[in-house]
This record gives sequence, structure tokens and C-alpha cells, in this order.
Amino acid sequence: MSTLTGQTREPAAPGARTGNGIGDDARRPDGTQKVAGRFAFSSDLWADGMVWGATVRSPHPRARLISVDPSEALRIAGVYCVLTHEDVPGQKTFGLEVADQPVLAMGEVRYQGEAVALVAADSPETARRAVAAVRVEYQPLVPVVDPMKAMLPTAEKVHPSGNIVRHFKLRSGDPLAEAPVVVSGEYEVGMQDQAFLGPESGLAVPADDGGVDLQVATQWLHVDRRQVAAALGLPEDKVRLALAGVGGAFGAREDVSLQIHLCLLALRTGRPVKMVYSREESFFGHVHRHPARLRYVHGAGRDGRLVFVKAEMVFDGGAYMSSTRAVIGNAGTLGVGPYVVPNVSVDAYGLYTNNPPCGAMRGFGAVQACFAYEAQMDRLAEELGMHPVELRSLNAMAQGSLMPTGQVVDSPAPVADLLRRVWQAPLPPPLPAVAGVATEGLLPGGMANTTHGEGVVRGTGYAVGFKNVGFSEGYDDYTTVRVSLAAGPDGPVATVQSAACELGQGLVTVETQVVRSELGLSDVVLETADTRVGSAGSSSASRQTYMTAGALREACARLRAGLLARAAARLGVPEPDLSWAHGEVLGPERAVLGLSELLEAGPLEETVEWRHRPTQDVDPETGQGDAHVQYCFAAHRAVVDVDTELGLVKVVQIDTAQDVGKAINPGAVIGQIHGGTTQGLGLALMEEIQIDAGRVRNPSFTDYLIPTILDVPPMRVQVLELADPHAPYGLRGVGEAPTISSTPAIVAAVRAATGRRLARVPLRPQDIVGLDEAGAEGGPSR
Amino acid sequence: MQIRLNVNGVPYETDDVWEGESLLYVLRERLGLWGSKNACEQGECGSCSVLLDGELVCSCLVAAGQAHGRQVVTVEGLGDDGRMSAVQEAFVAAGAVQCGFCTPGLVVATEDLLRHNPAPSDLEIREALAGNLCRCTGYEKVLDAVRAAAGMGR
Repeated sequence: MSTLTGQTREPAAPGARTGNGIGDDARRPDGTQKVAGRFAFSSDLWADGMVWGATVRSPHPRARLISVDPSEALRIAGVYCVLTHEDVPGQKTFGLEVADQPVLAMGEVRYQGEAVALVAADSPETARRAVAAVRVEYQPLVPVVDPMKAMLPTAEKVHPSGNIVRHFKLRSGDPLAEAPVVVSGEYEVGMQDQAFLGPESGLAVPADDGGVDLQVATQWLHVDRRQVAAALGLPEDKVRLALAGVGGAFGAREDVSLQIHLCLLALRTGRPVKMVYSREESFFGHVHRHPARLRYVHGAGRDGRLVFVKAEMVFDGGAYMSSTRAVIGNAGTLGVGPYVVPNVSVDAYGLYTNNPPCGAMRGFGAVQACFAYEAQMDRLAEELGMHPVELRSLNAMAQGSLMPTGQVVDSPAPVADLLRRVWQAPLPPPLPAVAGVATEGLLPGGMANTTHGEGVVRGTGYAVGFKNVGFSEGYDDYTTVRVSLAAGPDGPVATVQSAACELGQGLVTVETQVVRSELGLSDVVLETADTRVGSAGSSSASRQTYMTAGALREACARLRAGLLARAAARLGVPEPDLSWAHGEVLGPERAVLGLSELLEAGPLEETVEWRHRPTQDVDPETGQGDAHVQYCFAAHRAVVDVDTELGLVKVVQIDTAQDVGKAINPGAVIGQIHGGTTQGLGLALMEEIQIDAGRVRNPSFTDYLIPTILDVPPMRVQVLELADPHAPYGLRGVGEAPTISSTPAIVAAVRAATGRRLARVPLRPQDIVGLDEAGAEGGPSR
Repeated sequence: MQIRLNVNGVPYETDDVWEGESLLYVLRERLGLWGSKNACEQGECGSCSVLLDGELVCSCLVAAGQAHGRQVVTVEGLGDDGRMSAVQEAFVAAGAVQCGFCTPGLVVATEDLLRHNPAPSDLEIREALAGNLCRCTGYEKVLDAVRAAAGMGR
């Protein structure tokens, strides 16, 4: 086991020699292009004769679509076409799991911003004018916006199938179990946006064979292709996708946004078509994190041991399904946290409403539950007079523990150790005892200088969380790679072909590191990710390093076997007498054959479709089953200063401890932990898409706030590497764990500072100063 | 209208510019300089940061006409003879780049900071870069990069 401490790691000096195999801080292969402004993102694409696409969107959260009149738009010089649902040649609906969303609205629009029509024009400005000139007649309907009411059998239905997308039930142990110490609470999580910086964008080019070539920023090329081909009525081999540079994703690019629209326009106009969403349109163009209401009852013995947990969770999935079913599965199976609980009852609901559609965002169902169960653990600790870390450690799951689903946790689960590490980490210097000493920029309110220290109090909070890695509940989750090995002028070259999507997380670096280590060479070429090879699955669920590393390792092993066979033939000795070491084949009597010699006979190539171990669907009545592949764990400690008069929070320091199994690239791991922790900070303190009667009130970076460099504190990171024996190299998915527990840790710290219950995130100043009793107190007490 | 401007030492002339166009649009769509990024186009994220006559601006908030006859430096104009500037090198070395969409803006803003203040404190770095949103890194390695660049005398 090793511990890496991010804060104290010196940045590598320029030109310093760094290793570039597994476990090294290899540099990003695209880093130089990115700092120079030469990396082509999906919004930077261009083609000769290209025209611009734009989208007509519904201003109403729910309305009957009466008519679409394109005539005025078509009279504008430079406008090529206006398309409606009648122009969709194939399947008129699409969706990640279920095709319930119209490619272009038909009959009824179900959320504000739903795509109704498309235009193509010779410039973005002409396209904007054409969008404004398309006359759409609506008959507004009363939207279904309250998820608690949408659940009721009497509610008006958003879709004919009813409003309940999934009801996940978990029952384990004794449903009537009682305990001497009981705490209950109601919690609410607001709608968070992924707020990636690179807007949705892409370029579709019609092809001579009647098909289309699409370059787009996405998380999963093949699932896009399936939906695009269906809508176009084309066989999949006529729809070719390639990954364009992705400006962040965080779940928001797992669903189709403009992919189908671009291809429809390209095939209609016969020209390359480019689309780029504005920031405002981006807020309407992708799914968000499910807002949730959660009610928990925890029962424990006087010694602090958990006896039972009962939970009811309602997740608002908005107008279309997206990945709501899987989100609910996570919230339900992970809903009591990384603790041993003998008696559990969970009911988790995912709903249709006329609010914005919600789907994948980093943490995917685990975030909402963790906010609630960690608040409950703090209340229980308070009730018992125990330290919050003590109570958590007492109940912490460990290797060999049983999940409430009945699944055995069969790899390291260092929950107590992670908590102990953040607990014992050095604390920041205390608040100055005397108000008014020099603290410029360091107090809540920052540079605005809103306090000299009066009314400012400090608090410390802890939280731990966990999440499944990979696709669960019986999904056939696989990744394809093709690796070829050939002699080059400067030595052997390995070429990797894969459809796995680099989003910024550093997959491309990991790919080069694995191949270098496995084949003992330095020259690794990564081809653009595209659909010429089989699916890589999604770059989501913290799964892509795990899956692609597993697939690459297998492909390299097969290549080595091929090389050994060649060596055996050449040396005339049996294969068992040969061994592989550092890019060479060692034979008897110190005979050595290098890669280059062995490749003289021609290149070698291996294509591998690699699967993680299978999972099971869960029982629909009890939630029992081996649903998950692997878990990732992180713990946070947050120290905050709160201005109790203005309701402002300054996060002073965050410590994170996370087990990653094996850090393939330690620097990138720490970067993921910093970034994930910061997104959790955003949810704790500022990030919320505000909805009023189904309408988004803040679709801009002026009104939807994400953390700036002034909002984030120094972040210390401790990384544990406890190998998972079932995973390639023992690694664990890294990306999501840090987003899960940072939110509850920060809120716990604010509670500790203010003494308020604070049952809703993001925290608002009115909650912190106690003006909004519901937000401050979390609804009916006990 | 016709606009003449100098970008990264190269004179450009562009015709038929619409009055509503931003400098960012001219750089990207007319001059093919894609390095300046279009993340919010309302001056909140800093991804389109350039130097206009040596002053740090969001090019999305500058009307194309305002740039007429002026000198613009974009991320593509940093460094010498195809070599990275010390700031660019420090961002790569420190791991301050993930998706990289904010990176050109952060690099330009850091160049501007270090020109005015070669040895900034952490608080001064944070204040100077507060107009540049990054969604991936949590800024910790951005701070590392800026400290390293300052330590090298840029």
C-alpha cells in the first residue's frame, strides 16, 4: 500500500524525465496541443461548403403542438431547410434505455426546451433568425411539476405508461426491527448541471454511399450510432461516428443531444452541417442530475451499532427516461451507505414529470443518497454523544461484509481507514480569535470584504461514500480494443484502435501507459476513437480505465503469445523454453530476440472484446442479487468558516482519502479527486438549476454558479492502493467517488458551525441564517 | 463592414463583418484561430481570453468593430518559434490540463498576471484567475502550474 499526498507533490519540473508506464506520472499525449490552442474540440470543426444547423425549441414545459409553419423562415436568404418530425425517415423516437423521446416533437411537448424543428442556414446568425421565424402554434397545458404529486395514482400522466419509471424495492432482515435510538429526517437535493465547458457541437457530412459521417463530442459512440441509425432508417454501417475533441462531459454526453439532428440536416441538404449550442441552449440540450427528496429513519443500539435503516427516495426524472432506471438502481442498492445494516427497507422511485429530463451525472444516484444517509449518521452520532467518525467506523463495511442486497463485498473496503485518515490529517490554522485582524480574502465573502470576522464561526464535518464501478444489474458490459504491432523506422510501434471516449479524464494517457508496460516499447499511437471497431461501452460509471486497461492487457498478452510463437519457430525451440522480459524474448543459452527482429515477418494484430465479471439483475420485490462489479470509496473532511449574519460560507480546507486499488497514473488520479471534490463543493454551496412551474430560471453561467478558483480551498489528497483481486492491475474506478462525499462533508461542517439542521442542498444564505425554515430545518422534525 | 486587425503579429483584413459579431467570432470563424474558446459567450468563463493591445479581455465581449486597427494576442501567439511558453509548459507539466477547454483562457490570463506580477502570492493568483472557470481540475494543479511558471521567471 502506498500513500500519495497530492498537496505535497511538487509539480514535475519541465523537461524532467518521467516514466511513462503503469504507475508513472506520464504526461497527457494531447497536453501540448491543448495548451497551445491547437487541439480540435467538437466546436472547432470545419468543412468546405459547410452550413449551420440550429434548433427550434418549445418555450412551454407542456403543450399540445398544433402546427409548425416554416414558410417565413424559408423565405430568408441563406436558409436551406426547415425540418419537423415529419422529416424523420426512421424511428421517430430515441432514448438511452427506452426510445420515449421524439427526435422532433410530435403531438405534445413535455418540457421547456424540447426540440420542435431544425433549420440549416449559411451562417449562425442566419440560422438564429430562421429559428425565430419558424411559426409554431402551441396549446399550453398545465405541466406536471411536483414529483410528490406526480407519484399519486390520480396524477395526470406525462406518458401513457404512467409517471412511475421505476420503483426499486429493497427488503433485507426483519421489517419490524426496533431500536432504542431512532433518528429520522427529510432531505432534498436540488437539480445540478454537469456544466462542462465545451458546448454540445459536432459536424455531420453526407457520404456518397447514402450514409453519413458524424464527428461529435460524446461519451459512447456506439450507443449514439444505434439511435442515429434508427432515426435515419439506415443500417448501422452507413452511420459512422468519430470522436471530436470533448470539452468535459460528467454524464451529460451519455444521451443523444444533437447527433440525430445533425445527420438529418446533412442528409437533407447534402452538405456538411455544423451545430454548436450556446450556453443557454446547452442547459436545455442535455440531461441533468436528478433532484431528489429523501426520507430516512435510522435505528441504532445504545452502543451505536445500526439496527435498521428505512428509506424512501423520490427522484424527479423529468420528461423523458434517459438513464433514470439505472440511477434509481444505484440509489436503492447503495442507499444505506458503506455500512453494515442488518435490517433494511428501501423504496426508491424515479418519476416522469414535465421538468427538464434528468439522467447521468458523476455519482449517478449515489450522490443524492449519500447526502441524506451521512446527515443521518451525524444526527445519530449527536443523539448518542459519539464522535461522527467513531460512529461511522463502528458501522463501516469491510471486506467480507454483506451489502443489503445480499452481495458479499469481496475486495478491500477500507471505509474505517479512509475516515481515520481524514480525521487525523493536520487541521488548518484556527480562525483569528480577534475580529478585524488581517484576513483579507480569507473570510466568507472573500474579496468583497463583507466581514472583519464578527459573526464568523468555524465548523468541521466528515462524510464517507461509495459507488458501484461499471454497469450493474446484469448489463452485458464490454469493451473492444484492437492493438497492432509493427516495425517502424525508429523501432516497434503499437497502434491502438478503440471507440473509448477521452473526455478530459486522461484515458488516452492510460492507454499509452498500459501498452508501453505490457509490450515493453515506447512508441504507442492512438488512432482517433471511432466506430470502425466494436463498442467500448460508455466512458461513464467510473468504468473506462478499468475496462480499457483490461482489454488492452488481454490484447497485449495475445500479441506477446504471437511473438513467442514466432520466436519459437525462429530459434527452433519449444515455446515453454522461452520467456518474455521488457520487450524482448529470452531463449535458452541467452538467446535474445528483440521486438523489431520478431516483427520482420510482418505486423501482428489482436482484437479483444473484454468483459468484467458478470452481475445479476436484482429481485424486483426484495432488491436481492449480486448487482455490482466493484465499489469505489472515498472519505472527506471539510473545514468551513460561516458568516452567520450573511449566510456566507468559506471552505477553508478539504481533505480526501480514497482507495483506488492501483493508481495507473497517480497525477491523473489526484486530478480526478480534486475535480470531483470541487463538483461536490458546487452542489453543497451554489449549484442548482432553478425551476419554476417547469421553466428553467437560470440557464447561464451568470445565474448558474460553478466554483471558481476563489471558491475552492487547498485540497489534500491521500490515495490508498489496495488491490482489488478481480480487477485489471487491481485498479478501482476513480472518477465518481470524490464527488459523492464532499457535499455531505461540507454541509456537516456548516451544521457544526451554525447548529442548524440544513436538510437541503445547495445551501442558500437564507437557510444558513434561518430565514427559510424548510431549508434550514428539513421539514417536519423527527 | 470591413475590419483590419493584427493578430499574433499577422495583419488580417476581413470583409462583410456583421455589426453584431464579436471579436471571438471573427477569430474563430473568419480567421480560423480556434484556440480562443466559446464556452459561455457572455464574459463569465474566461475561455475566450485574449490580449487586446496588451490588455486582458474576454473576446466574446468585444465587438469585432472595436478591434479594428488593434493588436490581438491569442493563445496561438504565445511561445516562440513553435516552442511552448513557460506558462504553457508549466500547465502541461503540472497536470493542470484535463479536458483542456478552459486551458487557452487560463494560459492567456496567467501570462497577463505574470507580466504584471512576476511573483504572485496564492491569493493574488486566485484573484487574477477568478474569471476563468474550469470544470475538471478543481484548480489545485492550475495553482501548481502558475507557481511553477512564476518560479521559472515565466
